[in-house]
Amino acid sequence: MGRFILRRLIHGLIVIMGVTIIVFVVTRMVGDPVKVMLPLESTLEQRAAFEKKLGFDRPIYIQFVDFMGDIARLDFGDSLWQHRPAMEIVFEKLPMTILLTVVGIGLACIIAIPMGIIAALRPGGIVDRITVFGSLLGLSVPQFWLGLLFIVLLAVQFRILPTSGSATPSHLIMPALTMALPTLARLVMLVRSSMIDELNQQYVKTSFAKGLPFIRVVGVHALRNAGLPVMTLVGWEVIRALAGYSVIVETVFAWPGIGLTAIQAIEREDLILVQAIVFTAAISVVLINIAMDFIYKLIDPRLKLT
Amino acid sequence: MKVSQNIPLLEVKDLLVNFYTRGGVVQASRGVSFQVGYGETLGIVGESGSGKSVSVQAVMGLIGTPGQIESGDIRFKGRSLMDKAGQKFVHKVRGKEISMIFQDPMTSLNPLFTIGTQITEVLHHHLDMNKNQAQKRAVELLELVDINAPEKRLKQYPHEMSGGMRQRVMIAIALACEPQLIIADEPTTALDVTIQAQILELLTDLQERLNVSVILITHDLGVVAQLCHRVAVMYAGHIIEVGEVDKVFADPLHPYTKGLIKATPSLDNVTERMVSIDGVPPNLITPPPGCAFSPRCEHANEGCNKSQSLKPVGDDRFVCCKYAIEEA
Amino acid sequence: MTNKNNIEQAITENRYEWLGKLKELGQELRRDKAGLIGVVLITTLVLVALFASYISPHDPTEQDLTARLVPPAWYEKGSMDHIFGTDHLGRDILSRSIHGSRVSLWVGTSVVLLAGSFGVVMGLMAGYLGGRVDAFVMRWIDTQVAFPGLLLALIILAVIGPSLTTVVVVLSLNGWMVYGRMTRSAVLSVKQSPYVEAAEIVGGRWPRIIFRHILPNLTSPLLTLAILEFARIVLAEAALSFLGLGIQPPATSWGLDVAVGKNYMFMAWWLVTIPGCAIAITVLAVNLVASWLRLISDPQEREKQFARHMAGRMRKQLNLKNEKELARS
Repeated sequence: MGRFILRRLIHGLIVIMGVTIIVFVVTRMVGDPVKVMLPLESTLEQRAAFEKKLGFDRPIYIQFVDFMGDIARLDFGDSLWQHRPAMEIVFEKLPMTILLTVVGIGLACIIAIPMGIIAALRPGGIVDRITVFGSLLGLSVPQFWLGLLFIVLLAVQFRILPTSGSATPSHLIMPALTMALPTLARLVMLVRSSMIDELNQQYVKTSFAKGLPFIRVVGVHALRNAGLPVMTLVGWEVIRALAGYSVIVETVFAWPGIGLTAIQAIEREDLILVQAIVFTAAISVVLINIAMDFIYKLIDPRLKLT
Repeated sequence: MKVSQNIPLLEVKDLLVNFYTRGGVVQASRGVSFQVGYGETLGIVGESGSGKSVSVQAVMGLIGTPGQIESGDIRFKGRSLMDKAGQKFVHKVRGKEISMIFQDPMTSLNPLFTIGTQITEVLHHHLDMNKNQAQKRAVELLELVDINAPEKRLKQYPHEMSGGMRQRVMIAIALACEPQLIIADEPTTALDVTIQAQILELLTDLQERLNVSVILITHDLGVVAQLCHRVAVMYAGHIIEVGEVDKVFADPLHPYTKGLIKATPSLDNVTERMVSIDGVPPNLITPPPGCAFSPRCEHANEGCNKSQSLKPVGDDRFVCCKYAIEEA
Repeated sequence: MTNKNNIEQAITENRYEWLGKLKELGQELRRDKAGLIGVVLITTLVLVALFASYISPHDPTEQDLTARLVPPAWYEKGSMDHIFGTDHLGRDILSRSIHGSRVSLWVGTSVVLLAGSFGVVMGLMAGYLGGRVDAFVMRWIDTQVAFPGLLLALIILAVIGPSLTTVVVVLSLNGWMVYGRMTRSAVLSVKQSPYVEAAEIVGGRWPRIIFRHILPNLTSPLLTLAILEFARIVLAEAALSFLGLGIQPPATSWGLDVAVGKNYMFMAWWLVTIPGCAIAITVLAVNLVASWLRLISDPQEREKQFARHMAGRMRKQLNLKNEKELARS
């Protein structure tokens, strides 16, 4: 058990290191940070002084070592755009993204799981047909366009919801729906096909032969087996959202999460904030991955905790 | 070996089961009839695809799409299972008075639940036992099937056990509610020969002790000889010969049965070449009219093209063959 | 003598084998309506993209400030000159959408080819060579998969400067892993099989074994994967262009058009809807083709689908029967 956690942590560390190195290299070697941070009219001496102050004149490997030390203390420096500690901004915006993700994906699960089960149980029925056709459609529609359509329809035509921002709970509805739809489409297809596969398995026949009631066979025996790949997908969707894919929804609805902040930081060439956000995203991904592995070992007795 | 009471425990009459596939309609069971008495073990032998599993699954109500029971009657203890009331009766009876053991114990058990749960859920559902009673009974059942350290086993998962042990667990589950009829669909086919022997010994022992009726499906004539009172031979969706095991093996009437027995290697005639029956079983989407075996039969003539049925030939002996009846 | 004739005969028969297979595919398509629609749409799309300059009624970059924000033809103020209307600079929406298809198809194809080739090669090496090569490649894949892909893509694009080429490169960098994993597992499952062992014993060297024995088994699942990835890449490019870090003006891209149209969304909905529809239809067509391919390449799947179809019919019959009985009683 201990070895398992250790191995996953080391792997996670490699990932985080890899990500930060890439960002470090890209921002420092390809772009010119000093040019970005100073106003255009700065003279050469001002530039040199600034470089010295920030340590950009030192050899790159020394800069890197210092950088590593800093991030270990979660000190990325002050955001060039908002002039306060970058991590502070991150911690402010992260909960908004988490809220959006949880509500959006939660909504998708609540709808998709019963729908997929019913589709599997009643082949050719109306739920089945809607599932297959609807999810194909849902996967083909670009998320940003969907969000805009929602805005045009619900906020403008029918005036039921606000157009953007995050002040009230009703501001959450459209972004969450937009977040939910692609996940819903993928999830419902997976639930349906997993349930169909499980219902064809021998142990289901045995369970019926034992005389167990239909609800128990389907809802307990088949469902638990079908739940494994479904859980994998849900975990993956959550990871995607926290790893930056919330950017699209947040941009369309001006939802103040880390995705929107990342885009704004990139536009303003605020490399410090960008680094902080990428680091946070990488950590979230790693932590959630470890948590998922853990949950699997708990549920599936065939996996050994090594 | 008690065969008592006048109404048979299970009676199947003219069972017709079809499977609707892309290639056509497969007539898996084309008018199957047989009976099982109280305390009797009936063996059903036949090649793969002869319809053995389908017929007994129909009894248990386990035929799912794309299969369908087209017609026929199934009576358990005199009550028909085919009408509306019968359907409800099946639900009560399944798992409690009739239970089933399948061929592959690994896939027959749910990998995510402990053995204990898979045994006790039957007890909870059918016998309304509470947790303690069910645990006790589960331990009893595991002891009954010769599994050591039963308390420990209850907490184990299927993948932690060997094939033979899993099959014993399946038997334990089948016995849980003291059924009157156990249907064993090729219970030893997926096991090693040595384990096969152990399971068969167990089944013999249980049969003697508990006086339960058994339908044993197998393609192994040796198993039939060891365990069964009567045997029914199936070919291409039909039962073509029924009778007491000793009599059928000593004096097979149907040419197919004769071929089967000849094809079974014996330790006495080691030097002879292995005998097989020429040809292959017919395609069940387009079965031949009349006797399905006639294309491969050396005694066939034009009369065999007309449909045949089981006719009695002597004491508790039936055969479905014009030639055999004429010879007798 | 006879041997040579037999071989010649076999070769000539083989030559027309692929023609026969094409005919079979055609028959399959006629049976599966959804797949047929998908293939027809895709073909139309490819043709539109190829002949864009000839088909589009206007030059997509041609501005006409006298005809700004003209609504589509079925509105009062619309005209047949601009069937889907114009944008804020008077550019014809239809022409822009037609030319936008070129970008999407180009990006999709290039990324699939680039990422696919790299991924397949890595997967082949990892699967066939095993040992440390395998461990290294898998470690690399596992690590890169855990990267926050979109964020990194945005950063890299912002720093290097977004353009058609950089978008293709970045999307390929992000997307090769799935081919690697799939190829590796396919190789591993085939490696065990007796005929590969036999080829090795006879003295076959590994490049040859890979290409002659292992690759043919891969083509079917690989094709389905490539098509699904194509759809994903089209959506990804649109998203990147929408965020401003993909294709840059004056080039046309569907995503870019939606981004620009967003500002006029409330008064001129066609700016946003038409390009968005184009994306949706393209991706839908690709997805339809992908599910059709998956269906025909796996006979079990088809049997399952048939069984479900039969199950549906039988249930309906049963319901009808029950209704009749209820009506009678």
